Order: sequence, then C-alpha cells, then structure tokens
Amino acid sequence: MITVSSPLDVNRIREDFPILHQRIHGKPLVYLDNAATSQKPKAVIEAIQHFYTSDCSNIHRGVHELSERSTYAYEEARAKVQRFLNAREAREIVIVRGTTEAINLVAQTYGRQRVEAGDEVIITALEHHSNIVPWQMLCEEKRAVLRVAPINDRGELLIEEFERLLSARTRLVALAQVSNALGTVNPVGRVVEMAHRRGVPVLVDGAQAAPHLQVDVRTLDCDFYAFSGHKIYGPTGVGVLYGKAALLEQLDPYQGGGDMIRTVTFEKTTYNTIPYKFEAGTPDIAGVIGLGAAIDYVQGIGMGNIAAHEHELLLYGTEALERIPGLRIIGTAQEKAGVISFVLDGVHPHDIGTVLDQEGIAVRTGHHCAQPVMDRFAIPATTRASLAFYNTFEELDALARGIGRVQEIFGAC
Amino acid sequence: MLNDLYQEVIIDHSRRPRNFRSMDDATRRVEGYNPLCGDKLALYVRMDQDVVADISFVGSGCAISTASASLMTESVKGKTRAEAEAILERFHDLLTKDRPAAGGLGKLAAFSGVREFPARVKCATLAWHTLRSALEGSSEVVSTE
Repeated sequence: MITVSSPLDVNRIREDFPILHQRIHGKPLVYLDNAATSQKPKAVIEAIQHFYTSDCSNIHRGVHELSERSTYAYEEARAKVQRFLNAREAREIVIVRGTTEAINLVAQTYGRQRVEAGDEVIITALEHHSNIVPWQMLCEEKRAVLRVAPINDRGELLIEEFERLLSARTRLVALAQVSNALGTVNPVGRVVEMAHRRGVPVLVDGAQAAPHLQVDVRTLDCDFYAFSGHKIYGPTGVGVLYGKAALLEQLDPYQGGGDMIRTVTFEKTTYNTIPYKFEAGTPDIAGVIGLGAAIDYVQGIGMGNIAAHEHELLLYGTEALERIPGLRIIGTAQEKAGVISFVLDGVHPHDIGTVLDQEGIAVRTGHHCAQPVMDRFAIPATTRASLAFYNTFEELDALARGIGRVQEIFGAC
Repeated sequence: MLNDLYQEVIIDHSRRPRNFRSMDDATRRVEGYNPLCGDKLALYVRMDQDVVADISFVGSGCAISTASASLMTESVKGKTRAEAEAILERFHDLLTKDRPAAGGLGKLAAFSGVREFPARVKCATLAWHTLRSALEGSSEVVSTE
C-alpha cells in the first residue's frame, strides 16, 4: 500500500474551481479527463470577465485609454508565457489558437521553406494526430519522407533507433514531450542533443507537458515548443508557439492580414517584426489574458508541487487499477506523467465510459487522436483517466469502484 | 437508466453474438466504420432473388454495436428486401423519435433505452447503416460520420 501524501492542500485548491462542485447523474463529479481539457480556476474566469466588463478594445491600434489597457494586458500575458517557459525574449512567444495551429505554423513556414524533395522529417510512434498529419501533408506536397522512430512495449521511445534515423537528409525532428495516450515522458533533452549534433532543429509538442512539468526551453534547447491554453487551466482557443528568435526571423509570415504588416501598398508589402509577423488579424485577446491568469495561478501553486502531487496520484491510481482482475494498463514507461490508459477483458472502452459516466466519473474513451499508438498495441481503443493537481486519492478509489460496477454489469472477470 | 441501456438481451448478444462469421458465398459484403470509437464490422449478405437468404458479420465494437448487429442478423434473415427495410425504418425511429410506434420489433425493442444516451445512438445504428447499403447493392465502406 502506498502512503498517501501530498505537498498540496487539495481541498482548498478545489474551492478555486467552481465546476468541480456539482453532481452528475446524482453522484459527485469526478473529473479525470484532464488530458482532453482541464477545468478553469476562478482567477481565469474572472480575468476574462474583467476584460469584457472593463478593458475591452482592440490591441496595437488605438491611442485611447481602453486600447492602451488591452494592449498592455495582452503583452503582459506574452511576458508571463516567456517567463513560464524561461524563454530569452518575449518576441520569441507567438500567440496562436492552440498546439495544433502552432505545429501547422511551423510546417507551413519552416517546413515549406526548408524541406525539399527527398528530405526527411522524423516523428515518433507515440504522437498525437496533430503532430503527424501536418508533417504528412508537408511531405506529400514536397515529396519528402516522414520517418517514424519506434517505441517499445512499455511505450518508451527507442532512442538508439531514433538516432539511427537521423541523416544528412533530416530537416526537422518533431516529438511530444509527454504522450497524451500513454503518459510517456520522452527524453527530449537527449533527442535535442542528438539532432543538434547534426544541425537538425527540434519541435517539441508540449500540449501534455506544460500543464504538468516544469518546462525550461533554454535547458531543453529545443528550437520550437508548442502548447495549448486550455490544457493548462486557461481558456480554449489560445495557444503558444515558442521559437528561437534567430530561427523565427528567418521564416516567412504564416498568414497575411492586419497587424502582421509594416507597410502595405498594392505593389509591395513589408512585414512586421517577430512575433507580430505571425499574428495576422485580431487575436483572442480575452483568451490570451485568461492564459496569463492561468499561468499566474499554476505558478502560485508551483509546478514542482503540481508534478509531485500528480506523481503521487499516478502511483496510487496505477496500484488501485492493477489490482483489478482482467485490467491491463497500456503505457508503462519508467518516466510517466499523470495518464492511466487501460483495457478491460471482455468490455469495450465505450461501454466502460458510459457506465463510469453514470457514476459521475468523466474519462475519455477511444483512440485519443493517436490511432497509430492503438495499432502499435493492437487494440481498437482504451479508456483513459488523466490527472490534474485538483484530483484526489478518493477520486481514484471512486474510479476503481466504478470499474467494479462495469464488471458487475458485464459479468466479466 | 443503465439497466435500460444494458438490458439482458443486449449483454447476451454482445457476449455471444449470433451469425458471427464470414461467408464464402455472400452476394454482398459491406464494411461499416464508426471513426468516433473505432467500431468496425464487415457485413455479409446472400440474397436469393429478393430474399435475405443468409446474413452474417464479423468485427469489433462495443456491447451496443455488437448486440445490435447480432440481433439485426436474426431479425432480417429470411425476410424480403422490403420487409427488411421496413424493420430498419422502425428500428431507426425507435432510436431517434420521441414517440416511436410501439410493437413490431420483437427483441429489438431492447434498444429503446439507447435513446436516452445520445452519444451511443451511432453505436446501435452502425450495423443498420451497413445493412441499408448492402440491400441497395452497394459494396462500399459505410461510415457513421
């Protein structure tokens, strides 16, 4: 039995999340779908409300008071992201709609400028569709080759196999820091080192990492880093692309429009400096300010404390689920974040999800936008419980009881 | 509510699906796919003139989709195309209409509880979309999306 201990006062923290205090089908909500999206603290909700009730205006345009205020709040949020990632400069932070757009931006700018016929892009076997499809589209357009570094049966990247794939034709490596379907934490630092020895830049998909681990882009030395606001307790519809300034400066703009230009005539347009040349049109200003509030909130708790509590939850939940006969956890890497993906003998994940929902427990069922991962383990789908710092040990007990209920109904085990 | 969804006959057919086999002399073979949950099935039909002389399926899916396919094969075997299509329409109404016409569905009435679980309606209808396509003589992949 694991000793239950946590550096966090979780009951007090839960008071900050209004949505958690409700009943679903008559049972207290147990929210274990945090890898899909996480819930929002009052501080985030209030920051968005404050923007719309007091400061709403467009940014980078007006000379009036409200425009000054909203521009300041927007750029302040960018600076918060910079400090959160330990980026060297705020202009290395490009605001986008989410991780998906960040990756597409790199594929459409860096990819289209640098990748030619016969060149190669390397990804890994545990990527989310959003870190597969943009590269497939690019490779198809350029007649380039997509290489996939394999994983072992625990869901860990085979680093030597990865290294063997690096060649003179490699133009980019793109990989997740944390797998959304398996929870594996990839050895990103080593991957970057190997790639850089051959002069190959690395994009890190941090969608599942930034909310749960201390991220330092200068220590990682990655060239691009992408994450989403809504998984880090901020609003949906905003995200971040970090890029090294020297690299961003060499890239062509992403989309054309307002704010990304310096001068426009019908003959010629000159572009704004980074990061603005990648930020065409009015962004989700309120969302960006909400993201800034979310970063303040998690830093107030401390990323180290968050990671420590979630690690305790992971160990506790893993042990509780492993005791259930007929249950098999998919993704058993040594280095793992708070994701427990599993299959149950004789019961399809979709049925598990419906029964758990009736118990008030929200989990994700399906392929988790990672069909190649499902194929790798020869399963159609899994049930996934994904953790956040506001989850409790009691909620994991409820999950285990819920799975017991599933087995009662289906007469399994 | 859960007991309405997972009625005994549904659990039984999901664990021991009937007519769960491929068919060498099928006159039509159609694949059904639900990209949302990854449910896949291949439906085999042997038409004799206008009659569904034999019908079977293989595939993988949740309890609702497997039981639905199993009970479907039992309910349309030996029926004419017009009769099978009539059952199909009544089954579809059962899942989607607020006040479906009662009766005439036999064991298929066990699926009435699915209506209360909108996310699961597609699971129950996958096999039937595939059947519709087979009856129309098509041999393409049918998707619920």
